[in-house]
Amino acid sequence: MIKVLHLSKIYKTGEVEVKALDNVSFTVKKGEFVAIMGPSGSGKSTLMHILGALDQPSSGNYFLDGAEVGQLDDDQLAEIRNKKIGFVFQAYNLLARTTALRNVMVPMIYAGMVKEERLKKALKYLNMVGLSDRAYNASNQLSGGQQQRVAIARALSMNPSILLADEPTGNIASQQAEEIMEIFQDLNKRGHTIVMITHDPEIAVYSQRIINIRDGKIINDKNNGRQQKLLTKSKIKKWN
Amino acid sequence: MELKELLLESLTTLTLNKVRTGLAMLGVVIGIGSVIALISLGQGSQQSIETQIKSLGSNLLTVSPGSRQTSGVRSSGRVETLTLDDAKAISTSTKITTVKNISPEYSSNAQIVAGRNNTNTQVVGVTPSYPNVRNIQVSSGFFISQQNVEAMAKVAVLGPQTATDLFGEGSNPVGQTIRIKSLAFKVIGVTVSKGGSGFANQDDRVYIPITTAQKLLFGVSYLSSISIEANSETVMMAARDQVGYLLLERHKIKDPLQADFSIMSQEDILGTATQVTSTFTTLLSGIAAISLIVGGIGIMNIMLVTVTERTREIGLRKALGAKRKIITAQFLLEAIIVTFVGGLIGVFLGMMTSYLLSQMMGISFAISISSIILAFGVSVAIGILFGWYPAQKAANLQPIEALRYE
Repeated sequence: MIKVLHLSKIYKTGEVEVKALDNVSFTVKKGEFVAIMGPSGSGKSTLMHILGALDQPSSGNYFLDGAEVGQLDDDQLAEIRNKKIGFVFQAYNLLARTTALRNVMVPMIYAGMVKEERLKKALKYLNMVGLSDRAYNASNQLSGGQQQRVAIARALSMNPSILLADEPTGNIASQQAEEIMEIFQDLNKRGHTIVMITHDPEIAVYSQRIINIRDGKIINDKNNGRQQKLLTKSKIKKWN
Repeated sequence: MELKELLLESLTTLTLNKVRTGLAMLGVVIGIGSVIALISLGQGSQQSIETQIKSLGSNLLTVSPGSRQTSGVRSSGRVETLTLDDAKAISTSTKITTVKNISPEYSSNAQIVAGRNNTNTQVVGVTPSYPNVRNIQVSSGFFISQQNVEAMAKVAVLGPQTATDLFGEGSNPVGQTIRIKSLAFKVIGVTVSKGGSGFANQDDRVYIPITTAQKLLFGVSYLSSISIEANSETVMMAARDQVGYLLLERHKIKDPLQADFSIMSQEDILGTATQVTSTFTTLLSGIAAISLIVGGIGIMNIMLVTVTERTREIGLRKALGAKRKIITAQFLLEAIIVTFVGGLIGVFLGMMTSYLLSQMMGISFAISISSIILAFGVSVAIGILFGWYPAQKAANLQPIEALRYE
């Protein structure tokens, strides 16, 4: 699914070179739920940008679904982001004063999907995150947790290869954070591949595998296995 | 991405910031509005001048003394080259075949008194053919007759404006006496109003027999002009040539360039007047067009602010898969919507302004479809021109930079 080989990213500010990523290699298999952990400045955001096709590495290779992403132009990258990657941001990043439904439809509009199909899928994914009754509410009328669930529905709308979450619970109260993690675990059970970036060990424990990164290097990569905190008493059981 | 969706996105954004959108639009509204109003006023006044000149009479040629020559030495001052004999020769010569009527005229300004009222106006010495040539009717009484001319009679026909000035509104001056330069004249008729104003006002005149004007009143032997009515519009050029060569022969001049008279047709007068008005229209429209460009720069300014403000949104859209051309199209479309709607309002307001002003100034209201289409074309072009740079700036934003932007 994801294969990263000797990935490096160097930022130049004047004479000073900063190695944000230093020869990083790992793979993520289909159906995995991986947390990438590290303190701020560790290079995890840079890694996330490259994995999300938002940025290009200075050297090394990045294969997504067998295709080399490092060699694409702007428009091809836009297409990868549209079809293969579902983003969930820390700050939700919904369009302001726009309904939840339309927010979910944006990637499908860019993909050129016909209106009926867009509407059907948007409603289906909003239902999946338990927000079918909020479909016509403007994004700013929703709570933080609700907004993040809309963002998850949006990320799912194109049925992407990977779900890329950057501190998805960073702005959310812990009660609602648990709901978000519950949704992630449910999605993972249904076969979605999830890569989550976080600095918070309490959030990382919900994943199957934790990659620790520091100073641009992977310092350990361990299976969470038995330690994975499973949420079963799900309040959101509206899967169809 | 469908155009409909793009349009919806752009409209949503524009309506989210109504005040800013309105202000951006205002520049275009004022620019297009003033261009439309000025073009329309120009066309209206041109039409008015045309009808006024045409009302002077149909197929009219005017022979004036002096020449149109601008180089060489020629004495200015009194021009005495046309005489009553010239006029008689034109009407009797066998070489002249294309002339229907001929009206020799001598006009000068004089003080006119009737009772306690007095006015200074143009006194025109005429022959009975004047009403035919100059397209004038008499509303009461009679016009100057051949007998009046031969007898050098002291009779006068008043224009309606002069009649009102001397005898008051609604009175009938026929039979009354007026004094021109202390000579007593009997009023024998009043002409029908032609509704002229300012330029060539034919309502403020006093007509007397040409002989009376020349010999009794002003003591001259020459004419100020000869008006000639050609048989039809198609023989205007022939009539001009025939009259011209006859007069050259009579004045013993071989080179037509040295002629001591000039012949102008209505077309010539019309041409001059049209040239003047169209020069003014172009000049004023040019100034208005500058305001349009200023409006366009205003739009660019606001669009640039918008791009900076919406940096995060642009980054998000790119992250969700928007390609460069979609971002470009969206911002360009926003600029075009602003200028198009602004143009629409501008055309409407410009037409309203022009209508009100033309009513106030008493000129006709005219607007051409081509100027409206041009105004729309220009407003959309301004949207594209000044929206392009901000749209490119938005499309060139790097998604990570944009997403990180606070």
